Formats: sequence, structure tokens, C-alpha cells
Amino acid sequence: MPPAFLSFAIWIPVAAGLVVLAVGSRRAALSRMLALFGALAGFLVALPLYIGFDATASRFQFGETSSWIPTLGVHYALGVDGLSLWFVLLNSLITVLVIVAGWRSVEKRVSQYNAAFLIMSGLLNGIFSALDGALFYVFFEASLIPLFLIIGIWGGPRRVYAAFKFFLYTLAGSLPFLLAIIYLRVQSGSFSLPDWQNFPLDHGTQLWLFFAFFAAFAVKIPMFPLHTWLPDAHVEAPTGGSVVLAAIALKLGAYGFLRFLLPIVPDAAQEMAPFMIALSLIAVVYIGLIALVQEDMKKLVAYSSIAHMGFVTMGIFLCTALSLEGALLQMISHGFVSAAMFLCIGVLYDRLHSRQIEDYGGVADVMPRFSALFLLFSMANAALPATSGFVGEFMVIMAAAGKNFWIALAAGSTLVIGAAYTLWMYKRVCFGAAASEKVRALSDLSAREFALLLFLALAVLGMGVYPFPVTEATHTSVAELLRHVTTGKIP
Amino acid sequence: MFASFLLPNLWLAAPEIFLTVLALAVLFFGIHSEKTPVSPARRALLFALAQCALIGCAFWILLESDGQRALTFSNMFLHDLLADFLKLLICATMSVIFVYSRRHLAERDIPPGEFLFLALLSTLGMLVIVSANHFLPLYLGLEMLSLSSCALIALDRRRAEATEAAMKYFALGALASGFLLYGLSLLYGVSGTLEISGVAMEISAKAYTEGLDRLPLVFGLVFVVAGLAFKLGAAPFHMWLPDVYHGAPTPATLILAAAPKIAAFSMTLRLLLGGFFPLAADWQQMLMVLAVISMGIGNFVAIAQENVKRMLAYSAIAHMGFMLLGLCVGIPENETLGARQIAVSAYSASMFYVLTYVLSTVGAFGVMLLLSRKGFEADRLSDYAGLNQRSPWLAALMMIFMLSMAGLPFFVGFFAKFAVLGTVVYAGHYGLAGAAVAFSLLGAFYYLRVIKYMYFDAAPEGASPAGLGATPWGMKTLLTLNALAVALLGIFPHALLAVCLTVLDVSF
Repeated sequence: MPPAFLSFAIWIPVAAGLVVLAVGSRRAALSRMLALFGALAGFLVALPLYIGFDATASRFQFGETSSWIPTLGVHYALGVDGLSLWFVLLNSLITVLVIVAGWRSVEKRVSQYNAAFLIMSGLLNGIFSALDGALFYVFFEASLIPLFLIIGIWGGPRRVYAAFKFFLYTLAGSLPFLLAIIYLRVQSGSFSLPDWQNFPLDHGTQLWLFFAFFAAFAVKIPMFPLHTWLPDAHVEAPTGGSVVLAAIALKLGAYGFLRFLLPIVPDAAQEMAPFMIALSLIAVVYIGLIALVQEDMKKLVAYSSIAHMGFVTMGIFLCTALSLEGALLQMISHGFVSAAMFLCIGVLYDRLHSRQIEDYGGVADVMPRFSALFLLFSMANAALPATSGFVGEFMVIMAAAGKNFWIALAAGSTLVIGAAYTLWMYKRVCFGAAASEKVRALSDLSAREFALLLFLALAVLGMGVYPFPVTEATHTSVAELLRHVTTGKIP
Repeated sequence: MFASFLLPNLWLAAPEIFLTVLALAVLFFGIHSEKTPVSPARRALLFALAQCALIGCAFWILLESDGQRALTFSNMFLHDLLADFLKLLICATMSVIFVYSRRHLAERDIPPGEFLFLALLSTLGMLVIVSANHFLPLYLGLEMLSLSSCALIALDRRRAEATEAAMKYFALGALASGFLLYGLSLLYGVSGTLEISGVAMEISAKAYTEGLDRLPLVFGLVFVVAGLAFKLGAAPFHMWLPDVYHGAPTPATLILAAAPKIAAFSMTLRLLLGGFFPLAADWQQMLMVLAVISMGIGNFVAIAQENVKRMLAYSAIAHMGFMLLGLCVGIPENETLGARQIAVSAYSASMFYVLTYVLSTVGAFGVMLLLSRKGFEADRLSDYAGLNQRSPWLAALMMIFMLSMAGLPFFVGFFAKFAVLGTVVYAGHYGLAGAAVAFSLLGAFYYLRVIKYMYFDAAPEGASPAGLGATPWGMKTLLTLNALAVALLGIFPHALLAVCLTVLDVSF
């Protein structure tokens, strides 16, 4: 029997989190070391998933199945395919970065902070690798708890409001999803996702299941009318919380679309695709314009995340091989870029304790290394060619152009709007005259921060120049997914 | 027959008899003058005796449990696997409660002899309810439970709230008993028997031979269900609950909140399922209404509470509503092949729900008791502000209990809700399932609010660091084990679910 790498990737971070929790905050240095060790171990056990992954096969790999709760018919079934592989890797990696990023800036209840991130990392890996509907839901809902605590304990002044809004919004979305899962189990006699993908459903059922899935995942992404929790959560969350929220948690929604919505209710998805594309375009254009007028850097990046995720949902519901791969690439890229953006804002915040754009200016004079890297990430956020942000958006726009010129045109406007809000923010923060004496006294990146951002910069550039490893892994799985969608399943 | 009338098989009721004898011993050794305080040695003796009574009783039940169905005392007293299982859990719950309450009683000068005797007596009442196969012992057990609970509530008689709560409990409890008795007398009038299983047989036989006049039956049934709802604390018969929870001394609240729910569940199951299953279509509709109203009122009103005891009271109402969901979908209207299996799994989901609810509630009250000091009851939400700074361990335990009650994974409350919802959807009641999840969303809010106080808020100035060191180690360990059980059962719920399923499968 091969080693259960997926189980390791889930439970090693969770176990490390519990150990860190037991060590306690009084021995902060020890707990930091242990947390880093746990996160690294979590990343190392995830690496074999990439090395051993067979990109030519569309089946689920590294599968583990055992009966978990026979009385309820729930199995502990794990596996990854091309859709989920990169998310497990990304999540394990981001956890390491988050622990390192919080090394100096978090001084309050250190061990609880690190433990929350480690436990969440394990739970998120569980979501991405669960092949059992109930198991997926359990991880999906359990992952709310650590993030709720992270926002609420280490967040900004309105943290309580933001934490509750985040939690209740997402919970409200996921409850219809719970009913959908139970319904599917009652109808099909199993909780297994592969079974559900082949289970025929009539049109009316597909439609209400569509809305149940939509409620859970559109809130999580978030899609246009359901997005209002995200700016609050981002602004109030500590840097690490924002990073995980943007880089991983938002991807859960899109992943849910790919894993549940498209294969299980393909006909309803096809039927509702124009509606979804319209919502995505609103997110891309309208939310992009909202981002333009933000005064708070974090809020600006939060809105830009929503706009970027609009691209992802558009790619998903355009439903061609090109657009789906573009959407996946965009998600991975956004994972790196948004993490880097929030880390950069965190670097500034640690020094000046302000996120208002107007409090800065002339940062490039005093923090040259920081400004260089920040510029690169801003460019990537604006989807400049040769950065990772470009590839995915370009693929989605190409796919849109293949369907309808006007969709492509509206989507293409993001290249202008995105550049406008990101680079304008960059200009106001880094160039011009220093806003105050405090800005003039800023110190440049420490070695730890520099290493962190440099690593992300290399990832962003690497993906921009050579996206092949990601597209290679996704290629076959996307083709398989498309086969499901195009055949349909109305009996 | 004649011989068995003269000499009933006492062996089957031996655990109860043992409990009675030791309870009387506790009363005897607990007698003391008001003027002198109870000495620590006597306190220890009384607690040891009470624990002996419960643990001995539990062991005895285990010893003679053979899974066989047996009747004694002229078919009044039933001995089967369900009874054994529930009795075991009632004894275990009471035993845990005694450990949690001990320090609280000592600090408040509540006479331990009386408290323990009354608590044991209420335990005896519950055991009798669980074993009743006849309206008479059922009522006997119920009154034993109610009257001793009433005295427990009033035990701290210097506090006006406690006396008031006891009065309310007594008056409304008497009303509920009246409802129940009236309903039972009507059903007796129709069926001509007081034996629970006999009622079902009579009704079925009548329906088969001469056609059934449903009116008096359903009329009686309404009263029985109303009485049961009173005892369960289901809305709209819930008015007594918040005031009594609030006014009673915390250990008495804990006793009311935990074990009697198991007994009331058993009573509901035995009466409705064992006695009136030919009328299932009628009582299921009533339970549905009760369930939805309870979940709605309980969850809505709990949001507004600033007092943790009141909040837990409303949460209890909501939880009982959720539990009733499983009971009201058990028997499908068209008798299909797997009908029995479906019914059993629905009831076992409800039973699982009650047990997990009791487990979490006992823990939550345990934390409250652990935090409280003389003159500080730790029953306001603001008393929990910044608990994480003062004692991360205690805050973590409370968080586990709250998350479990809110029904979040990986805590056992989630699987309880999941199991019940599963049976509701299986039976095709999508509207009920939708209402249930919508109300759980409301419920999540007020449980999270406790977490908000503990974790997000700063401790008030001058708050003493919660002295875990000053508390007896037994209580700390047990509370930790309690939380561990909630978490572990949340990860591996199968064992307990399977036990519930087997017990009900064998017993019905």
C-alpha cells in the first residue's frame, strides 16, 4: 500500500497545530519553531503528490477509501485529480509563508495564532481532496471556525462585526448545500462524488440543486451580489488571515463549482451559464470600478480579488477547455499574487500601522527593495504579460472571444481597469512626496520579509513564463469534466 | 399468575431498590442541625455514598442486562435493552453532575444531604419512567422526578428567585401532569387498559374488528402530547423553562437540563411509539408543529438573552424541537418493506441527538460551575469576557461545547443534526428540513456570541485570573474528558450511533 500522502497533508498540520496549542504562548519562540516545522512537514508530504502525479490519467489519484460512519453511509474517501492537485500544493505552501510572515508581527497569543493557521491548512487540504460529499461538507464547514477566530482575535477595530458577517454569510450559504448533499445521498444511495457525477437527475431537480450549490459556492468565491462580506473580512483580518482568505479560501467556491456544480448538474449549469457569465462580467467591470475609488489598500486588493474571481467564474461557465484551464491557472496565479499583495500591505502596516493610501507616498525613496517587489506584484495583479496574472486572463478572454465578441470586449476591459486601480495605488504609495516624517523614517525589508517576497516573485514570474506544469496537470481532468458537461444527464 | 402477584420478580428492579436504599442512607447521614456547618468529612462521606449509589446502580444494570425483554410487578415494570441503556446513561450523567456540583454546594452552604437525597430521588423517578410499561408507574416516576426537582430548585431558599422558580415549576408541572393524566384517562376509557403495550393492541384490534371511533382517541392524544411537550420543554409549552433555569441554583439547573431530557425522551418514545403507534399519523403531525415552533421560538429568543442560563434554556427548547423532528418522521405513511428499518433509524437519530445534547449541556454547565465563586454565579455573558486570556484551557472547553451545540463539525452536535436531517429528508419532508437548517443558522449566532465574549473581548479590569488551580482536580479532569468525548465522538460518531440503532432495533 502506498503511503497515504493526502491523509498526511491533512492531518500532519492539524496535529502540529494541536501540539503548538499545547505548548502555549508563554514559550513563544518554541511554539513558532514548532509551527514552522509543522508547516514545512505539511508542505513536504504534499510534494510527493506532484512528483507522483500522472498527468495523463483523468482518474482520481492517491486515492484512500475506508468506511468512516457506516450508520450514515459516510466514507473517508480522498483523492486528487488535475483540478485539485495544485490547490493542495498551493495551500500547503501558503501555510509556510503565513507562519513565516507572522514571525515578528504577531505577538499576541502566538501559539493560538499559529495553531489556527495550521489546523485550517489541514482542513482546507481536506476540502480539496475529499471525494465523499459528507466528508467535503464536514471539512468545508469546519474550516470556518479557525478563520472566524483568526479574524475575531487578531483583527482590526471592527473585527467582531467582520468575523460574524463572514461566518454567518458563509454558513447561510452552505446550509442549502447540506440539504442538497443529503438529498443526493437519499436519491443515489451513496455520498461518493464519482457516483453522483454519473447519477441521472431530471431537469427540475438539477435546477434546485444548482441553486443549492450556487448558494454555498457563490458566497464563498464571492460572486457579485453576494460579495459584501469579503471587503469587511479582508480589511479586519490580520495579514496572515487575509493571505489565506484570498489565496485559498476564495478558491473553495470555484473549486466547488468544478467539483460539484458542473459534473453533478451539468444541464442546469448549461442552462444558467448566461446568467452566471453576466454576474461574472458585473464582477469584473463594476467591482473593478469600485476598486478604483478605494482609499484603503486592503479594501482595494479585496475588491480586485472579487474582480479576478469574476474571471474565474466566467471561465468556468464559458465551459470550454481553454476557458476552464484559464480559470484554473488564474486561481493558482491569484493565489500567489493576492498573497504577495496582502503581504506587501502587511509589511507597510507593520511599520506605520495604517492602510490608508493617503498616509503613504514616496515609499520608493526609503524602501527601494520593497518597492521593486511591490511593483512586480502590482504588475501581476494588473495582468501584465510575463507575469502569472496574464496567462489565465488571456486564456479566458480568448475563450470568450470564441463565444461572443461583446463578452470578450467587456472582459478585456479589465486589462485597463485592473491596471488603473493597481498602478494608481502603487503610484500614490510609492512615488511622489512622502506624506509624513514617519514615512521618511521607514526601514526597508528585513531579510525574512525579503526572502518571503522574493520567493513569491519568483513563483509569479515562473508561472508567467512557463505555466506548463499547471496546465499539464489540469489538461486531462478538464477534458474529462467537459465530457461530463457536454453529455448531460437528464434521464 | 397468582404466585407472581404475591412475589413479583424483584431482581429485575434490583438496581432501583439498591439506589433507594442508598438514597435513604444519604438522607440519614445527612441529617444535621442548621446551627453547625457540615463538616468536610461528612460532606465527603455523603458524596461518596451518593456516587456509590449511582455507580453501583449502573454496574448492577450492566450486570443483569441481557437484552431480553422481561416484565414484572404485574406487567407494570419493563426490563429491556432500551431501558438498560438509558438508565445507564442517566446514572452516568447524574454521577458527573454530582462531581461538577460539589464545590458549588460547599461554597453556598446548601445542605449536601438534602441536595444529594433529592437528586437521587429524582434519578429514581427517571429510572422508573424509563422502565414503565403501565400508565401508573409512568405517572409515579414522573411525579417523583417533578416533586424532588421542585424541592431541589427551592433548596437555596434564601434567594427569592429560587423560591419563585420552584413555585412556577410546581404550578406548571402540576398543570402538565393534569393534562397528561386527563389524556391518559380518555385513552383508558377507549382501550380499557392501562398497560402501554396493551393500549396499542386494543386500538389495533378495535380498528380491525369494529371500526375505530378516532375522536376520543385523538382528543386524548392531544392532551398526552401536550403533557409530554411540557415535560420535554417544547414550545408552546416551554414558558416555565427559562425562569426555572434562571432562578434555580446552578447545580439544580444542571440536573433539570440534563438527565430528565433522557427520561422525557424515553417517555415520549414509550407512550407514543409503544402505546399509540396506530395513531402515528395524528401524533406525528402534532410533533411536527411542536418541533417547528420550538426551533423557532428557542433560537429566536435565545439571541436576545444576556444570561447564559436563560440562553441555554432557550437553546434547550430549540434542541428538543430538533430532536422531535426525528420522532415525527419515523413511520412512513405507506407501509413499505423497509418501513421498520427507516423508523428505527429515525428514532435512533433522535436518541443520538438527545444523548449528544446532554453531553454538551452538562459540559457547558460544568464550565459555568467551575468559573463560579461565592457571590459570583458566572451566568452572565459578560462574565465570560476575555476568558481566553485568563484561562485558555477553560475557554477552549467552553468553545467545544458551544460549537457542538451549534452543530459545527468536527463536534458531535454536527452529526446529531446530520443524522436527524438525513431521516427527515429521507421521509420526504423537505420543508421541515429547510426550516430546521434555517433555524440552526439562527442558533449558530448565539453560540458564537459566547465565543466572541471569551475570545474577542478583553477581560474587564480587575478580573481575577480564573483560578483553575483552586478547583478540585477531579472536576477539572472530568470536564476535560467531557470535552474530549464531545470532540472524539465528533470524529468517530459511528460507535454511539450504532449502539443507539441496535438498542432500538432490539427493543421495538
